[in-house]
Amino acid sequence: MLSPQIIDLLIKGLIDTLHMVAVSGAIGTLIGLPLGVLLAVTGRGELLQNLVFNRIIGAVVNMTRSTPFIILVVAIIPFTRLVAGTSIGTSAAIVPLTVAAAPFIARVVENAIREVDRGLIEAAQAMGATPFQIVRKVLLPEALPAIAMGLTLSAVSLIGYSAMVGAVGGGGLGDLGIRYGYQRFLPEVMLAVVVVLIVLVQVVQSTGDWIARRVNKRNLKV
Amino acid sequence: MITLTNLQKTFPARGSGVPVQALADIDLTIGRGEIFGIIGRSGAGKSTLLRTINLLEKPTTGSVRVDDVEMTALSAAELRQARHSIGMIFQHFNLLSSRTVFDNVALPLELAGMPKAEIKTAVEPLLDLVGLAEKRDRYPAELSGGQKQRVGIARALASKPKVLLSDEATSALDPETTTQILHLLADINRRLGLTIVLITHEIAVIKEICHKVAVMEGGRIIEQGPVFDIFAHPSHPTTRSFVDPVINRGIPDSLKDRLSPTPQPGANPVLRITFTGEKATSPVISAISRKLNLDLNIWHGQIDEIQGAPFGTLVVEALGDSTSVEAAVSLLKVNHLGVEVLGHAVPANH
Repeated sequence: MLSPQIIDLLIKGLIDTLHMVAVSGAIGTLIGLPLGVLLAVTGRGELLQNLVFNRIIGAVVNMTRSTPFIILVVAIIPFTRLVAGTSIGTSAAIVPLTVAAAPFIARVVENAIREVDRGLIEAAQAMGATPFQIVRKVLLPEALPAIAMGLTLSAVSLIGYSAMVGAVGGGGLGDLGIRYGYQRFLPEVMLAVVVVLIVLVQVVQSTGDWIARRVNKRNLKV
Repeated sequence: MITLTNLQKTFPARGSGVPVQALADIDLTIGRGEIFGIIGRSGAGKSTLLRTINLLEKPTTGSVRVDDVEMTALSAAELRQARHSIGMIFQHFNLLSSRTVFDNVALPLELAGMPKAEIKTAVEPLLDLVGLAEKRDRYPAELSGGQKQRVGIARALASKPKVLLSDEATSALDPETTTQILHLLADINRRLGLTIVLITHEIAVIKEICHKVAVMEGGRIIEQGPVFDIFAHPSHPTTRSFVDPVINRGIPDSLKDRLSPTPQPGANPVLRITFTGEKATSPVISAISRKLNLDLNIWHGQIDEIQGAPFGTLVVEALGDSTSVEAAVSLLKVNHLGVEVLGHAVPANH
């Protein structure tokens, strides 16, 4: 039903999407994870309470998160050009995706860490742990299942966002669907794109669930 | 070992509320190797008090000395160091769900920077001590409550502390497991000479293993002393309400109805006689009965053991004239027994 050219386009679109999501997800995690930890431990009544720092970081995170993604993509074009050297293409699209992913992941990590039982922090303090040790030996390992779920959620969101970067020539599956499926009236291409995206999200979600289950030692059978 | 002097703790007001005084005028001395119990109802301040010992709760004013170190004067780094010699166990165990039994016990040693090989040789005897050697690679979710608390105890002992703080360590456990854990604590206290400070709302825990006890109410210590003395002679009403259910100093309700507070014609005095220590086993009653030709009608009696010393109460109706009853009372007192006139028994058919 689909011509070999269309199949080639689908494969290329999938690779572009995976490329964008993987790179922006990875860089987003590198930025978002420490940011989320800082947000969690500097909150009121927390390990390293610092309300000024907490509010500033919180405000920056909220600003990014409250901007609709398609606006963000266009609004930061000068920044994208500065970082990627260009404002069009897959590499350029990674910049706004990362800018959107990092604060999202920061909030996800913050929530995961706040869910850790306060008693564990108290126990670690009673053992004479430094705040850094508490983060590394207690908070992160205990929050790991929730962080794994959160990162999965972030990856699924990124797949959705990546469909919009076609607006700046970002390529990927979303771009393929808009240009071939919609603008060239090829409903079978649109359908194929949707099916591939559904399968992709399912695979990502199942993998994430599997990892979260593996690292979660809380529900083991007695 | 531990001296708390004039300790106060006030929590600042929340919103428009008033500041809460959690601890007031606390003076407490806990000797080396003692098992010291602090009992009180929830909100009495016992948990706050326990946490001031390792400074998880910073007192507003006052002094906390542990092993001759003034804890309130330490820097953050010095305090972390000092905490290595104060172990702590918790009501909800507070084990890391992501770590195995072995790794949970190893945590304090990792935090102290001990090399892996040394950790292994340090942790294994601890798992043996608490009887969990076969569970070393299990996760806390796979253990029962009692086993989790054993892991908690092994973890608390890992850094070879001099003091063990126990925060309601048996309150989440069933009675049988509670007894096992208490025996383990008493055993550790004997074998390692460890000073144990425990807080509880269960008087049975105090009776079972503590040497000394402090009773708390409203952020204050209302009574303290050796467990035996507090059980034998509770002076504060709150202490009495804790002690009475386990000691059963009371008299049955059916007999209570027959008691009149004032002497009445035909009514015989009812005495409560308290035996403590070796007196509990000597045959004083029959001796007095014979000597004064006084019949004693036993209403209620109980003998108990506190800290290995027998402790008994006997409620008797003295069937005799007032002079022989007075003579009996003074004779009992001469024999160092506690005597108390509870009232006068109106005859049942009255």
